[in-house]
Amino acid sequence: MVDLSVQIGDLCLKNPIMPASGTFSEDLVTVFDLNLLGALVTKTITRGIRQGNPTPRVCEVSGSMLNSIGIPSKGVGQFIANMVPFYQAYNSPLVVSISGNTADEFARLCEEISVPGVAAIEVNISCPNIEEDGKAFAMRPASTLDVMRKLRAATDLPLWAKLTPNTGETSDVARAAEEGGADALVVSNTMLSMSIDVHSRKPRLGNLMGGLSGPSLKPISLRMAYQCAKAVDIPVIGCGGISTIDDVLEYLIAGASAVQVGTATFIHPTVMVQMIGELEAYLRTHNIASVRDLIGSVRDEEAADTVVFMEAAP
Amino acid sequence: MTAAVLHVTPDSIPANERVFESECLVKSNTPVNNDYRLLILDAPAEILNCTPGQFFHIQCPVRGGHHPYLRRPMSIYGYFPEKGELQFLYKIAGEGTAALAELKTGESLNVVGPLGQGFHIADNWQNLLLLARGVGLATLAPLALEAQRLGKKLTAICSARSPELLMSIDYFRDLGAEIITVTDSEGTSDLAHLQGVIEGLIADQGIDAFYTCGSNRLLKLLQEIGAKHGIPGEIALEQQMACGLGMCQCCVRSFRAESGIVHKRVCKEGPVFDLQEAMGW
Ligand SMILES: Cc1cc2nc3c(=O)[nH]c(=O)nc-3n(C[C@H](O)[C@H](O)[C@H](O)COP(=O)(O)OP(=O)(O)OC[C@H]3O[C@@H](n4cnc5c(N)ncnc54)[C@H](O)[C@@H]3O)c2cc1C
Ligand SMILES: Cc1cc2nc3c(=O)[nH]c(=O)nc-3n(C[C@H](O)[C@H](O)[C@H](O)COP(=O)(O)O)c2cc1C
Ligand code: FES
Repeated sequence: MVDLSVQIGDLCLKNPIMPASGTFSEDLVTVFDLNLLGALVTKTITRGIRQGNPTPRVCEVSGSMLNSIGIPSKGVGQFIANMVPFYQAYNSPLVVSISGNTADEFARLCEEISVPGVAAIEVNISCPNIEEDGKAFAMRPASTLDVMRKLRAATDLPLWAKLTPNTGETSDVARAAEEGGADALVVSNTMLSMSIDVHSRKPRLGNLMGGLSGPSLKPISLRMAYQCAKAVDIPVIGCGGISTIDDVLEYLIAGASAVQVGTATFIHPTVMVQMIGELEAYLRTHNIASVRDLIGSVRDEEAADTVVFMEAAP
Repeated sequence: MTAAVLHVTPDSIPANERVFESECLVKSNTPVNNDYRLLILDAPAEILNCTPGQFFHIQCPVRGGHHPYLRRPMSIYGYFPEKGELQFLYKIAGEGTAALAELKTGESLNVVGPLGQGFHIADNWQNLLLLARGVGLATLAPLALEAQRLGKKLTAICSARSPELLMSIDYFRDLGAEIITVTDSEGTSDLAHLQGVIEGLIADQGIDAFYTCGSNRLLKLLQEIGAKHGIPGEIALEQQMACGLGMCQCCVRSFRAESGIVHKRVCKEGPVFDLQEAMGW
């Protein structure tokens, strides 16, 4: 019997596979049993009601996708009244993703959503669509520290900080999030991108720019997850371009304690359930008793002298 | 390999709401005319508990230099649980459908479905009018079959650019439908003429409900006639999709509601909507 359970701060997950925010909803109950998943992570919610961005909201780019959905939200009141009770029927812990336009508004929402039935709060300090020109709290260590401190003061629930790949200061932002009181880091969100139709010369997203997700994002997010795991003592949850069991294993070996699967669920709605089975099979085949033995097992010592933590140019 | 579902849905979900990701085998994939092709799949019986108007989300293969990534939504043209058969009528539009056209008999195709809300036929509706153009007929074909099963009188107005591109006429006729064809090349498909034809049908035999899909012009025409004569109707709409399951919110469109204009997801609340709620584009 192999052990798939992992620990994210005080929270024990039965396995390390969970959905990424915005690529999961209660609608998936028609496809498989949600109790199979390590955790249930909701689409980011905001305090007030939001319509979201104009259409087209997605487009395809070389084996990946761009989206500019823009966080449509029915507001926190509706979420607490309808969605929290819905998810209480499942034993996988509920992780609610939240976001706000200002640090204070964000903190207030954090307080409001700290209700029974919510196991952890994922703070989306990284969404490239809502802030002007795609700037987000997690772009810089100072704004990360500031918002995380306010969020920490607003709740006793575990706080997962979701970082952005749109920063040149990955490790510093990660440390700032830890210092500000994050219990785990989710690494990371979509990368700000663009696509243009050469016939009409129009940008292919209604919002002109959007976030890149899917396989093209993986090497970048994997590198970030590796850097963050080295930089902090709290668990890192890998996210970005995971579509096969090998992708899951890469993240775990790089130092992630769990993973979030996003766009791959759009392509294969049952992919997370298949990955859980394949992870168990991998451990068995390799005689590894617990998935925890894999975490951070990357053999990078030989190269350690020459590793330079290069940050992308600003 | 045989046709198979990839994961079993929990028992708590009613059979008609279950969604399956499954591998189906291609039975045939043949041209119907210059523009359209018919794809027939050998499909597991579980996935064929469908309602007319529902769709599947198809993973088009990577083929011939085409690299579709997202799935492509496709209305169900026919579903036959007794034969284990699922059919799609499609038009080659771009990357994904071009790759789909290259699939050979015996190859496997991954499909997700059935998805979305289909058409409704109220018990007291006896005379149904179907109005569609081009590939829109694909969406209405299973509705015609269901109408026949329920013993309803069916009139189908089929519109196309030219008579050669009129599709599924025999199919509708075999179901006992009265067929009226209109085409651009014969100058019979314009709105004024169509309005006359429909008003004539209402006067002669009475029409209880309209069904249409896809065209902005036809939507507006039917909304007008429907409002004037108090005839309800439904329309199947299209929007680009990523997940097809209601998760991503990319497929929203605007609809008229009592509270004002609201967004609804075409994949989940639709693709079939109330005719008067739908907004032109
Ligand atoms: C509910 C529904 C049912 C449909 N049923 C049928 C059918 O029975 N037969 C048929 O031929 N077509 C149908 N369509 C349209 C079909 O999905 C598109 O023609 C197809 O996605 C085009 O893909 P492509 O890769 O060939 O084109 P491309 O232009 O290369 O596609 C690029 C992107 O645009 C999207 N896209 C392009 N055209 C449409 C469209 N009309 N609607 C939505 N998204 C689009 C594609 O999905 C893809 O993401 C339906 C669409 C919807 C939403
Ligand atoms: C359609 C779509 C909507 C998303 N919405 C959110 C969101 O609301 N909040 C958030 O933190 N991330 C959101 N994301 C980002 C994903 O959670 C994830 O970080 C990203 O897609 C990278 O993972 P992937 O490559 O596995 O998809 C969204 C992604 C997609 C594709
Ligand atoms: S396609 Fe994702 S919500 Fe409709």
